[in-house]
Parts: sequence; C-alpha cells; structure tokens
Amino acid sequence: MADSSLTPVHEHHGEAHAAHNPALLHHFAEPQQQRDAASLGMWVFLATEVMFFGGLFCAYLIYRRWYFGDFGAASKSIDATLGATNTAVLICSSLTVVLAVWAAQTARKTLLIAMLGITMLLGLAFLGIKGVEYKDKFEEHHVPGASFSFENVPIPGHPGEFANPRHAQIFFSLYFVMTGLHALHMIIGLGIFTWLFVMAWKGRFTPEWNTPVEIGGLYWHFVDIVWIYLFPLLYLIDRHP
Amino acid sequence: MYFGIWLTLLVCTFITYKAAFLELGRFNAAVALGIATFKATLVALFFMHVYHASEKLTKLVVIGVLFFLMLLLGLTMSDYATRLWS
Amino acid sequence: MATPILQPVERENYLNKEYGVWSWLLTTDHKRIALLYLLSITFFFFIGGFFALLIRLELLTPAGDLVQADTYNKLFTMHGMVMVFFFLIPSIPAVLGNFLVPLMIGAKDLAFPRINLLSWYLYIIGGVMMLHCILTGGVDTGWTFYAPLATNFTNSNFTEAALAIFVVGFSSILTGLNFVVTIHRMRAPGMTWSRLPLFIWAHYATSIIQLLGTPVIAVTIVLVACERVLHLGIFDPKLGGDPILFQHLFWFYSHPAVYIMILPSMGVVTEIIACFSRKRIFGYSFVAFSSIAIAVFGFLVWAHHMFVAGISVYSALVFSFLSYAVALPSAIKVFNWTATLYKGSIHYDAPMLYAFGFLGLFTIGGLTGLFLAALGIDVHVTDTYFVVAHFHYIMVGGAVMGYLGGMHFWWPKISGRLYPEGWARLAALIVFIGFNLTFFPQFVLGYMGMPRRYFDYSHMPEFQVLNVLSTAGSTVLGVGYLLPMLYFLWSMRYGKPASDNPWNAAGLEWKTASPPPTFNFDEEPVVTWEAYNYEELDAPHKSEVPVGR
Repeated sequence: MADSSLTPVHEHHGEAHAAHNPALLHHFAEPQQQRDAASLGMWVFLATEVMFFGGLFCAYLIYRRWYFGDFGAASKSIDATLGATNTAVLICSSLTVVLAVWAAQTARKTLLIAMLGITMLLGLAFLGIKGVEYKDKFEEHHVPGASFSFENVPIPGHPGEFANPRHAQIFFSLYFVMTGLHALHMIIGLGIFTWLFVMAWKGRFTPEWNTPVEIGGLYWHFVDIVWIYLFPLLYLIDRHP
Repeated sequence: MYFGIWLTLLVCTFITYKAAFLELGRFNAAVALGIATFKATLVALFFMHVYHASEKLTKLVVIGVLFFLMLLLGLTMSDYATRLWS
Repeated sequence: MATPILQPVERENYLNKEYGVWSWLLTTDHKRIALLYLLSITFFFFIGGFFALLIRLELLTPAGDLVQADTYNKLFTMHGMVMVFFFLIPSIPAVLGNFLVPLMIGAKDLAFPRINLLSWYLYIIGGVMMLHCILTGGVDTGWTFYAPLATNFTNSNFTEAALAIFVVGFSSILTGLNFVVTIHRMRAPGMTWSRLPLFIWAHYATSIIQLLGTPVIAVTIVLVACERVLHLGIFDPKLGGDPILFQHLFWFYSHPAVYIMILPSMGVVTEIIACFSRKRIFGYSFVAFSSIAIAVFGFLVWAHHMFVAGISVYSALVFSFLSYAVALPSAIKVFNWTATLYKGSIHYDAPMLYAFGFLGLFTIGGLTGLFLAALGIDVHVTDTYFVVAHFHYIMVGGAVMGYLGGMHFWWPKISGRLYPEGWARLAALIVFIGFNLTFFPQFVLGYMGMPRRYFDYSHMPEFQVLNVLSTAGSTVLGVGYLLPMLYFLWSMRYGKPASDNPWNAAGLEWKTASPPPTFNFDEEPVVTWEAYNYEELDAPHKSEVPVGR
C-alpha cells in the first residue's frame, strides 16, 4: 500500500525505522507505538472475554444459590482429582508461557521453541483429561438432554434427601457450556501457539520484536485464570462427606 | 521469580483441593473463591506483568473490567437476593 | 475566490487512488471501509423501514386485516432486529466514526486496519444470515426474543437470527476495540485529551460500552441457542430455570446498547452546534465527562425494562433511582449545547437544522424516559405505545437525526462534493414534520392504553384516528429519508466540488483535502491549539460572512 509518489520528505523518520524493522506497519510512527497498540488491543480484548464468561458466571451463581443442595450433589459426581490435575497442568503451562516470553526477549531461540512446544503439549494434556471427563459424564447419563438421568443421588450433608434431577440438569448444562467454552478457547489458544511455534522456528522473533509472543501469552494466561475460577466453582461445591 | 510464583500457585491449588473436603460450612465457598482470587491475582500481576506495567492504562483496564463484572453479578444478585423479602 | 467552471485537476485521494472491486473489498483504508459500511447500513435501513411501513399500514384500521397475527409478529420483530442491530448500532460509529476518528486525531489510519476490515465482513456475514432468516419466514419473538418463547415455543427460524446477531455483535466489539486503542495510542503530537473533539470523546465512551456489554448478550445468545438446539434448558421453568435470568442478561447489554446508539449522535451534534454557532462548546470538560458518565451509568439501569416482569420490588426501587441518575449527564449535555447557542452566530444550514431537531426531540424522548423510570407510571404505560414513542423519539428523533446531520456536515469531506443546500433543508424539514406526525400521536395512544405489538385494536376503535395520523406521518418521514439518498447520489456526479473546509470548521479533518488522500495528511499534524477555536478561525474574516460554501 505504500506509494512513493505521495510520500513527502517528512516520512524519512518513519522510513528509517521501517528500514531497520520490516515488521513496522505503515500507519504507525514508530515500533514502540505499534507494540503499545498491540498490547493495549489484547488487554481490551481480554476485557471483553471477561464479560463474555461473566454472563455464564452470573447464571451459575444464581442457580447455585437457589439449588445449593442439588448443585452440591451434581458437583460431587464430577471427578475433582481430574479437575485439580487439570488446574496444575494449566498452571505449569502458564509458567512455560512466561518463560517463553522471557526467552523471546533475551534472544534464547532454543528455549523459546522448547517452551512454546511444552505449553502446547500441556494444553493438549488438558484437553485430553477434559475429554476423559466428558466421556465419563456421557457414560453416566449426566449429559443434559433426552438421555439425562440423575436419580437417587444423595445431597451431601443431608442424609435421606435426594437431589432433584431437573435442578441437577441445570448444573450439568452450565458445566458443559462453561467448560466447553473454556475448552474452545484452549483450542483457539493452541492454534495461536502453533503459529507462534512456526514463527519462532523460523527465527522471526527478536528482542526488538516479539509482540506476538507477548500478546499470545496474555491470552493463554487469561484462559488459565478462567479455569482457576471454574475449578472450585464447578468441582468443589460441597465435597465434605 | 517465576518459579516462586509457579510453586505458590501449585501449593494453593493443593490447599484448595484439600480444603474442599473439610467441613467448613459456609466458609468452604469463601475459602475456595478466596484462594482462586489470590491465584488469579498472582497470574495477572506477575505472569501477565501487570505489576511491572509501565502503563497505568493496563491496570486501569483490569480494574475497570472487574468493576463492570461485579456490577453484572452484584446488581443481578440484588434482584434474586431480595425477591423473598416481601 | 472564483471557482472555475471546468473540473479542477483531480488530486489523488482515497477514492481515486485505486479502482476495481477488489481494491474496495480488500481495502484496509478506514475511509473506504466507512463507505462500505455506509452502503451496507443504508441497505438495511431500507429493509427495516419497509417492515415499518407494513406495520403502519396494518395499523390504519382497527381490525387485523392486512396480515395475519403471526405475520404481524414477524413484521415488528424483523423491524426491530434489523433496525437495532444492523442499522442503529453500527451507523454512526461504523460510518462517521471509522471515517473521522483517525482524521480528527491526526492519525494515518486506525490502530488495526485489518481488524477493521474483518469487522465489516462480520457485519456482512451477519447481515446475510439475517436476510436468509427473513427470506425463510422471519422470526416472531419480538426483537427482545425472551425465553421461553424464543427457546421453546416459537416455530420460526429463530436460531439463525440469534446467530446473525451474535456475529454482528463481534463486528461491534472489534470496532470498539479499534477505536479505544486508536484514541489512546495514535493521537498526533500535541493532541492531548483535552484538545480532542467531543466527537472523539463520544466515540470513546461508545466503544467502552460496545466492549463491555456486547459480550454479555453474545454469551446469552450462546445459551439460548444451546437451549433451543441442544435442549439444555437453562432458562426453562420446567427444569427450575428462571426466564427472568434471561431478561437480566439480555438487558444488561441491551440497555447500554441504546447508549451506543445515542452517544455518537450526541458527538455529531456537538460538532455541528459549535460550527454553526461559530463558538467553542460551552463547558467542554462537562460534555466530555458526561459522555463517560453516560457510558458508566448506562450499565447500572437495565432492570428498568423488567419492572413488571417479576423482579423484586426492592431491586426495582434501586433500578428506578439509578434510572433517574442516568438522565443527569444527558441533561448536562443539553444545557451545554443550549449555552453554546446563546449569543452564537447561528447559521441555518442543513446540518444545523438536524441538530436543532435533535435537541428538541431528544429532550422530549429523554424526559419521557423519566416517566417510564417512575415505577407507578411504568406499570400503567409499560408495553404500550408510550414506550414505543419514547424510544423512537430518541432513536429516530435523536440518533437518526444526528446521523443525517453528520452525513450532511461531513459529506463534502467524504465525497469531495457539496450537496444541494436547498433540497437538504427541505428534506430536514420534511423529516422533522413527518417524524413528529408519526410518533407524537403514539405517546397519546400509549397513555390511553393501546398496547404495543398488537395488530388488532378493534376492541378500542377510538384509537384509529391517532393511528391514521401516525401512518400518514410515516409516509412523509419516508419521503424525507428518500430525498438525501437521491441528492447525495446526484451530488457525487453533479455536485459542486468542495474545498478543504467549506464550513470553515474547526477540527483536524478540515485541514486536509476533500476528499482526503489515502494516508489522510500530507504531513503529520502537530496540534498547538485548543478544540473549537472558532474565534481564531473567524478572526481574519470578521468583515465577511464567516461560513461560506
């Protein structure tokens, strides 16, 4: 899109930078501005994601308050150990991400590639464990819909009382939508990191320019934070025997 | 330093998990959410570099969105919490 | 300065830089994208207007004799959905905002030009989905698509409409994101926050609402789609779900959405009033902070749409009080506009006529909002034509007037041509008369008890007179809307070429050519003057008429 015929003398400042750094886009005056814009853009996008998940948390909180016993029974039926493991997996992946960003900033290409790769493996592990959980739910007929069944499940702390299957179905609806949406974000994150991995392999990231790693990292941390809240809210409602 | 945060996060996860099996009544939820918030804050401040952010704007965005999230949750709850009052 | 009769040699500008369909469809130039949006939203405006015409035709007679009940439900639903999501919410930000934000702050483009293009494509995809939905029978749930009607009982193609709205929602979010980052990061040297045109402040506030509110309705649509398609049942009372929860989540966005629709229009009106009174805006800081206040307060009031839905009375009290509070910043703006006019040198060009129309009609619309915020009155007039009149006064009398005023004001900049002033003033007058004739009777109708969304009012035939007036008005209004379409098109070929600054207006956009070159400015501007420096602009021309064309 740059056309030399219209570029008057004043552009030399920007052009000098452009000559240094081919990654500088034409509408920015200098690389720092571009970096700041990208960073702010990602933060603002994450803010929209917070509100996106926020609606689900709102629905969840209201029904949990209304049907605490039924939700407790339903929560007890999902595997907290797997959930905790997944939390640990994501925390480790956040560590590898932040190390990847550091590696990019300090020109450690091998470390960068390794960290990006490990992050992706951890992400896949997370999805795998999630898959196992979903399969379990499917087999136990806890997937909402025609085949849903939640009979005679005791409410924790209230011996002799059984959970209302209809209310439990609401729990599972929210469970699948919330974890499903989260998993979708993980998959998108894996896609982003695949791209970052390829770019890193080709040596495109330098200490001067590693913005995609930084903002990709922000996205990944956000997905981690969502899970940090999902885990106690969904898995640990009422676990005491 | 990152490793320190990472270990803290793992320890907190473990505590959350174990605490859920204790009989704390109403405080189960508070403890779980409190630890979750602590973990999220650590990730945001140190892994996402909000603590060392050169721009105040980043912190403003974070605080701002949390404010609006609380609005959504709080004002909606105000309806549900007070429905049975009359 | 005599303008020669021959066409001047055309400088290279963003319109003639490249020709060909792909140079438009793959453009990242914010000005071209603005024009792409202009075409698209105008198209949907006429679709929505067509549905409005059918509604008004049906309501000419008390009996439901033009269309069947189901069809009528579809008419008002599609009118609402198309107008709200495909016209009003994008209109000013996507057309005037996209075009002017970089120009006004002295930037070469928005922060993320490719995301800007993506935003337009998302709009088109959502638009095609909505069109397909219309062509396959439309939706009959009302534009508010409450559960459980929308989730469980409607037979119409609701899922597609919901997904279409989901997609345009992301278009809206991306536009907002682009504006926020651009305004923060790409202001020219010397363009401090307190020197920004208030149009920019208005768009900044609008963008905040777009960013924070739209995701909530997006996820609500996800839930509703899951409920309808997968039978998940979150709002389903049979499972213990709460339909009111849907309303909370829906209105958490949809109320701030109305501020998305009006704030940009307020920004336009501010620019116009300053220019055509030849004065700086009275109380710049107040107007700027009022924009932000409207954005924030707007998130605090959503349940005033639910006063009779079954929410707790105590909660309703809180929301009622907050709804009064949200009127304050808007009132502050009206006072500041009025004070700007005082002792100004007023020029009655077409943009100013629209701005005057806005002032009066928005004030009426806003005041009637206070009627509705009062719990006692609301019980009586909710779901009547009073509400319909209230929001049309603000949306049409306010937002659309502002949009048209802005289109006229910046048309020379956008197209490089002058529109015919005589026709434009006539059109503005026709719009104003048509508008009031259409919607003022509806206040009376609503107060008398005519319910909204009813196609048959034969139990109250005395409503007919006012309905006939309203329909007559809508025809006049339609003519008023058609005229600008025609003369804007005419002007692109036959209009007088415009100078850089035909209004002698303040603002960086007027310091570059009409139309601007692709990268907006020949040299990066350095701002050393305050906003609305009309005294300086008019000083050398004190002996002549300051505003020349």
